[in-house]
This record gives sequence, structure tokens and C-alpha cells, in this order.
Amino acid sequence: MRTRTVPSRGFTFDYLMWLFTRISGLALILLAMVGVAGALLTGARTQMDFSTLIRWTFFPNPNHVVNSNIPDVAQGWANAYWQIMQMLIVFFGVTHGMNGLRVVLEDYLGSAIGRILLRSLIFLLWLFLLVVAIYVILAS
Amino acid sequence: MAFGKRIGLKGFTYKGGGQMLAWLLHRIGGLAMIIFVGMHVLASFSMQQFGSTWGTAINRVYESWQFQIVLVFFVLFHALNGTRIIILDLWPRFLKYQREATWIEWIILLPVYGMSVFITIQRLLKGG
Repeated sequence: MRTRTVPSRGFTFDYLMWLFTRISGLALILLAMVGVAGALLTGARTQMDFSTLIRWTFFPNPNHVVNSNIPDVAQGWANAYWQIMQMLIVFFGVTHGMNGLRVVLEDYLGSAIGRILLRSLIFLLWLFLLVVAIYVILAS
Repeated sequence: MAFGKRIGLKGFTYKGGGQMLAWLLHRIGGLAMIIFVGMHVLASFSMQQFGSTWGTAINRVYESWQFQIVLVFFVLFHALNGTRIIILDLWPRFLKYQREATWIEWIILLPVYGMSVFITIQRLLKGG
């Protein structure tokens, strides 16, 4: 195992991503709670099974719960409020996850060129997933 | 891991015990969720747009109760362990209660997770 140099203190990329991980983690917990509360308020208590509730919790998109037997999912839940919720959860989730992937891989990666390559790849993947997810949200 | 020292293979095990288990589960669960969410987004996209069979096959696995039981565990653990990390980062004077914090985490996790598993299996037995 190689040792790494400690980066300088201050508002560096690593510090900002450290902060972002905490904030987005809390935000994701909060958004999941909003999703559960919204699903329960709009009829999950009697109409949804457990896995549908989970799907609604983490991505409150009508397409995401389409296989369940909820009658008015397209009318009642396809509105701007839930679209914004979905975009927030996608942004925080994908960014938190991709940054986590970067942190884990960089723990086992020593070379500077490898790190640049890895960061570019993860950046592209992040952008791609965001674009696909937001397309799904706006198209559904 | 200890900066400026060659720690060799022993570095992988930290000090062992519950703290390392939490770290390991946080990391493995995080990676599992990245793979799951990434594959799920791509599979659903190709299922929705092109009606592909591989997308449907992958999502059928993700909808199965066996997969969901594992996933719920990882998500709940990641959320609870993340909360512990955030709290201890914000108030470092509680760091000396690391072990207790990890125990509280399990005390919260087990009933919540147990309830999820119970509901899932109950529905399964009823044939829902």
C-alpha cells in the first residue's frame, strides 16, 4: 500500500466534497422521509405494497410505481412538486454516489495520472446518469 | 489510514471489531447501491425507450423480494451509519463514545429492518 500526500487545508476540492457528502446525506434522508410521508398521505396505507412504498420513497416518479395497482398515479402524482423532489433526489443521490465511488477508488489508487483519468471517467458517468435521469423525469 | 507510514497488509484490517465492521458495511453497501442505482437507471431507460429484454430482466431481479431484503438492509445501514458519522464529525467531543454510538445504530437498525422483513415475508406467505 502506497502512502498519499496530505492536501493543503482550506476550501480544496476534497474539503468541499467532504462537506457535500454530509449535506447531501442529510438531504437524502430528509427527501426519503418526504417521499414516505407523501406516499402515505396519498394512499399508500391501503393501496401500496411495501416494495412500492420503497420505490416511491427513493424515486417518487409515476413510472417507478407503474407495476402496482394504484388507480390514479398518473393524475395525482405527476406534478411539478414531485418532479422537483425527483430532481433533487436524483441530483443528491447520483452526486453523493459518484463522489463515494471516487473516494473509495482513490483509497486504492496511488498514481497521479490514474487519479486524473479516474476523475474524468467518474465525471462523465455522473453527467450521463444525471442527463438520463432528468430525461426520464421530464418525459414521464 | 495512517499517513506517512508504511502499514502493509495490516492496514486493511484497522483495529478490527465493530467499528471496522461498520466501516466495511458502509463501504460495501455504498458500492452496492451505486451499482444498483446505475444499472437500474440504465435498465429502466432502455426498457422504457426501446422495450429491451435485458432491461426487463434486470429490473425483474430488482423487484424480487430477495433482492429488496438485501437492499433495504444496506440502505438503512448506510443511512444510520452516515448519520452517526455526521453527528460525530460535527461534535468531535462525542468521539470517545464511538462504540456506544455504533451500538445505538444497531439497536435502531434491527427493529426497523426486522419490521421490513416481517412485512415482506408476511405478504409473501399471503401470496400478495
